[in-house]
Amino acid sequence: MASVTFDHVTKRFDETPAITDLDLEIADREFLVLVGPSGCGKSTALRMLAGLETVTRGKIYIGDRLVNDVPAKDRDLAMVFQSYALYPHMSVYDNMAFGLKLRKVKKEEIRRRVTEAARTLDIEELLKRKPRQLSGGQRQRVAVGRAIVREPRAFLFDEPLSNLDAKLRVQTRAELSKLHERIGTTFIYVTHDQTEAMTMADRIAVLRDGIIQQVGRPQELYEHPDNIFVAGFIGSPAMNFFDATVRGEPESLQLDTGPFHLPIPREKAAGLLPYRGKKVVLGVRPESIHDSDFPRSGVIPVQVQAAVDVLELMGNEVFLHLLSDGVSFLARVDSRTKAKPGRKIQVLFDLGEMHAFDADTQQAIPLDKPF
Amino acid sequence: MIGRRWWAPWLWLAPAITLLSVFLIYPVVDTLRRSLLNADSTRFVGFDNYKFIIDNPVPLLSNTHSAILNNVLWLVLFTSFAVGVGLGIALLASRVRYEAVAKSAIFIPMAVSFVAASVIWRFMYVFDPHIGTINAFITHFGGHSTAWIQNTNAPQTWLTSLGPTTLPDPIQINNLALIIVGVWVWTGFAVVVLSAGLRAISSEMLQAARVDGANEWQIFRRIIIPVLSPTIAVVATTLVIQALKLFDLVWVMTGGKFKTDVIATLFFREAFLIQDFGVGSALAIVLLLAVVPVMVVSIRRFQFQEETR
Repeated sequence: MASVTFDHVTKRFDETPAITDLDLEIADREFLVLVGPSGCGKSTALRMLAGLETVTRGKIYIGDRLVNDVPAKDRDLAMVFQSYALYPHMSVYDNMAFGLKLRKVKKEEIRRRVTEAARTLDIEELLKRKPRQLSGGQRQRVAVGRAIVREPRAFLFDEPLSNLDAKLRVQTRAELSKLHERIGTTFIYVTHDQTEAMTMADRIAVLRDGIIQQVGRPQELYEHPDNIFVAGFIGSPAMNFFDATVRGEPESLQLDTGPFHLPIPREKAAGLLPYRGKKVVLGVRPESIHDSDFPRSGVIPVQVQAAVDVLELMGNEVFLHLLSDGVSFLARVDSRTKAKPGRKIQVLFDLGEMHAFDADTQQAIPLDKPF
Repeated sequence: MIGRRWWAPWLWLAPAITLLSVFLIYPVVDTLRRSLLNADSTRFVGFDNYKFIIDNPVPLLSNTHSAILNNVLWLVLFTSFAVGVGLGIALLASRVRYEAVAKSAIFIPMAVSFVAASVIWRFMYVFDPHIGTINAFITHFGGHSTAWIQNTNAPQTWLTSLGPTTLPDPIQINNLALIIVGVWVWTGFAVVVLSAGLRAISSEMLQAARVDGANEWQIFRRIIIPVLSPTIAVVATTLVIQALKLFDLVWVMTGGKFKTDVIATLFFREAFLIQDFGVGSALAIVLLLAVVPVMVVSIRRFQFQEETR
């Protein structure tokens, strides 16, 4: 068990930067998820921590120990790989025992730890099998088992669920959360899937092009994204963005998006006051757009007319792909909606949940902050 | 199989069976027959020809013991050197940028025929340092010229001056010299096949081992070698068969002189030069019996791989 610190870490492959000035402290026993699109450098960050990549600049600490020049085998971390990377010539038992054997742990102790981990993961009856005789989900468990028997200082996960089918992924997600709670070791988890990040993390670090965009608790990132990228990345389906100009008198500001004008609610207006006459980006989550036939209470509704382009039935709800004068956006509405493709529909924007971003810097404009 | 006649499959197999019969089964049966007859195959002599091989009555003309021993020597040393060196080079090549160039360079001897390779190396081994590259090298650094492919038990080399007896009788430096040529030719094959096997080992697995706490030697010993073992077995069986049926290299380099004969060269000389088809055929049968277990093992392995696919 240990904390992990990235102290202004930079990684370049030849001249191509993969990670730029990564500064991140991960507390002991924390479940931190590094999330970002593919190629954002999240795996590189994890591999530097594991000792599988060198650090170009900066320092990495595990606990208080500077590990830049410590080889992977001496870092006392355990890693679960995307491909699971099981040893094909060894039985499940030997796969799990390998790291302990190398560390010269006593035979009885190895047996005890492997059996215990196998019981935890419900793979006891597989111990004698070879990896090729296992299903994907079972292999994934063995890979996790191989990590937990080691009782390492921290667990590293590199997209461990991406080879599982959807149902198993949901189930395993829950099990990993439980496992973290139970063994209480630092978990560092890399994924491109924001759902995994949202459901499991204590804290999420969003990475883009090797640069940290925002670090925070899942709800924080969802409610207060720092910039357009985080706003668009966290939450599914993704947030709608509209180019808009702030117009009107200070007492009655409006957002002019072209096809429609939205009066800015009084409590959100203060933050936008300095942007009068300037361009901003309006962000509205699909779940903040409602069918006007089924209004929700407690919202600040603004009515907008739009044409239904595509209708996706989800069962409990409906995703409407809407068009309004060439501007397309997505609404997540009540499943009882009467919307039909090609027809017009009235929707309500809940501007109480609106986000606004500076069009030049892409940074969020604080709306809730009292001035 | 509805509507098919029982002989239909045999019809399709007929061409193959005919060819096999003419070119494989008949020669084997006839060789077996001749191995039980006298020199010109006119009289039945029982197992006399096999007795000849066991008793080795004329060691100066045709030394059957030395030929069999040399084949064993080839089998062990040629195979292990070629696999060992091949594995070493494959591992090193996988870590450098000019891997393709390095591997092609090692593979080029495979494209040279054994006869050409033998001629080249006969020059390399020539006693006169003005011609023999290896002796030129040795004399340049102050050593004495050595007659590499002659029998080194004769007092003609600098090695003899190092002690009363240089090497135990069956292990002669000239046999080693020939084996080196064989290794030179066949290492390329081992490198190419083994590095293909190495490529198939996922780098994530090696990294997993590293994170698990394995050092490079442990990774080699406990991950790479076991995972690569089917490939190593394929290479080794191929080389063992090569070693057993070895003929041209020895024939061109020494003609079997200086106790470098192997079974194939001795059988050729017995059958076609000495014209004793009895002993020649018996030697051929010995060779056949030696190859059969290797073939069985490799066919079994092949079937096993097919099943586990």
